[in-house]
Amino acid sequence: MTLEVKNLQCIRGDRELFTDLSFQLEAKQLLMLEGKNGSGKTTLLRALCGLYEPDVGEILWHGKSIKKQDELYRRELFYLGHLNAIKPDLTVFENLRFNTQLAGGLETDDALMQALDAIGLFAFEDFPASQLSQGQKRRVALARLLLTKATLWVLDEPFVALDAAAVVLLQSIIADHVDKGGMVILTTHQEVSLIKGEVKRLSLTALTENRESLNA
Amino acid sequence: MLNVFWLLLKRDLLLALRRRSEIFTVLFFFLVVISLFPLGVGTEDKTLKQIAPGVVWIAALLASTLALDRLFSSDFSDGTLEQLALAPQSLSIMVLAKMVAHWLLTGLPLVLISPLVGLFYHLPNDSMVVMMLVLLIGTPILSMIGAIGAALTLGLRGGGVLVSLLVLPFYLPVMVYGSGAIASSMLEGLSLQPYFLLLGAFALLAIVFSPWATAAALKISLE
Repeated sequence: MTLEVKNLQCIRGDRELFTDLSFQLEAKQLLMLEGKNGSGKTTLLRALCGLYEPDVGEILWHGKSIKKQDELYRRELFYLGHLNAIKPDLTVFENLRFNTQLAGGLETDDALMQALDAIGLFAFEDFPASQLSQGQKRRVALARLLLTKATLWVLDEPFVALDAAAVVLLQSIIADHVDKGGMVILTTHQEVSLIKGEVKRLSLTALTENRESLNA
Repeated sequence: MLNVFWLLLKRDLLLALRRRSEIFTVLFFFLVVISLFPLGVGTEDKTLKQIAPGVVWIAALLASTLALDRLFSSDFSDGTLEQLALAPQSLSIMVLAKMVAHWLLTGLPLVLISPLVGLFYHLPNDSMVVMMLVLLIGTPILSMIGAIGAALTLGLRGGGVLVSLLVLPFYLPVMVYGSGAIASSMLEGLSLQPYFLLLGAFALLAIVFSPWATAAALKISLE
């Protein structure tokens, strides 16, 4: 099980975000993506999901381009961006049910309830999502992590808006997934401690600075 | 594949049910435009019969563009659209479900209320039936063409006005043949078959191509 990125280049407008970016991720590995604001972290994550078409380069999953696998790849992928995909007019439970069913999950209502309890939304099931706080909405979105069968998790700033207890909880969920043989790519300023498994780091800022010093 | 179709259709209808004002806006807009014409043009029996086919279709066209910019914009701004695009299912099927939901909420009410328009405009009974039939075939086409426009203008500032400008010219054939059928039904001895065949052909063409075109446009908007 590998995710391989080869010579990736992304250009936004006339600004080059990163060039010649290559890395590889195996099972039981976690990739921490670092870089200052505007260095292209989100663009890279979106490119890895296939939401953004890189200008140059290839992304391979199990040695095959993700563009050629399409639905197969998306079945193994879980992406959570800055937006929570929560509908204010639906209840917490309805939101979670729709999002898991959309991703092809066949969980029972009990399993969904358990996930909501575990993520700290006990007794909030029938609340309209519009009445939740920012952190609670994030928790609804993160409850899907407990239900998904995807191997590759791509998380964009997952810790934003969470309180200290939720941060610890999420760290353990991520560590658990990696331990069980999953892969996680995330951007964050928080450390994730793992029991087993390996943490890789990739800094987009360093890449850009290297190139600038070479050019100079 | 069907599962995801029902899933999305059910969700869109549920969302609309929780926010009923949006359905009624379209319906009331349709009725207001329809009732403005007799007041402006005059209530003479012959005049009304003559303008009725055109008025019904113009009102239907404008009413259906009214709700278009909401078709994808809320899913786009809260991140649901990303999740739809990343779901291990065909985006075209999901788009088709959203189109069907849009038609059920904005097109079908117009079809159902159209006999009232017939009464306003002193239409004979036969013409009322024809009017309902052409609206039944024509309004889904409006929803499907409109969805392409809505997807193309997604995320643009002033997208709401732009989408009307973009899709109204493409609505023209539907309007021409739709109102032609109603007008012909009031004359003796004209066959209506060509109108229905042409509208049916447009509908089939739209069903085949519009979900695919809309899905492609949505993917571009997400980049």
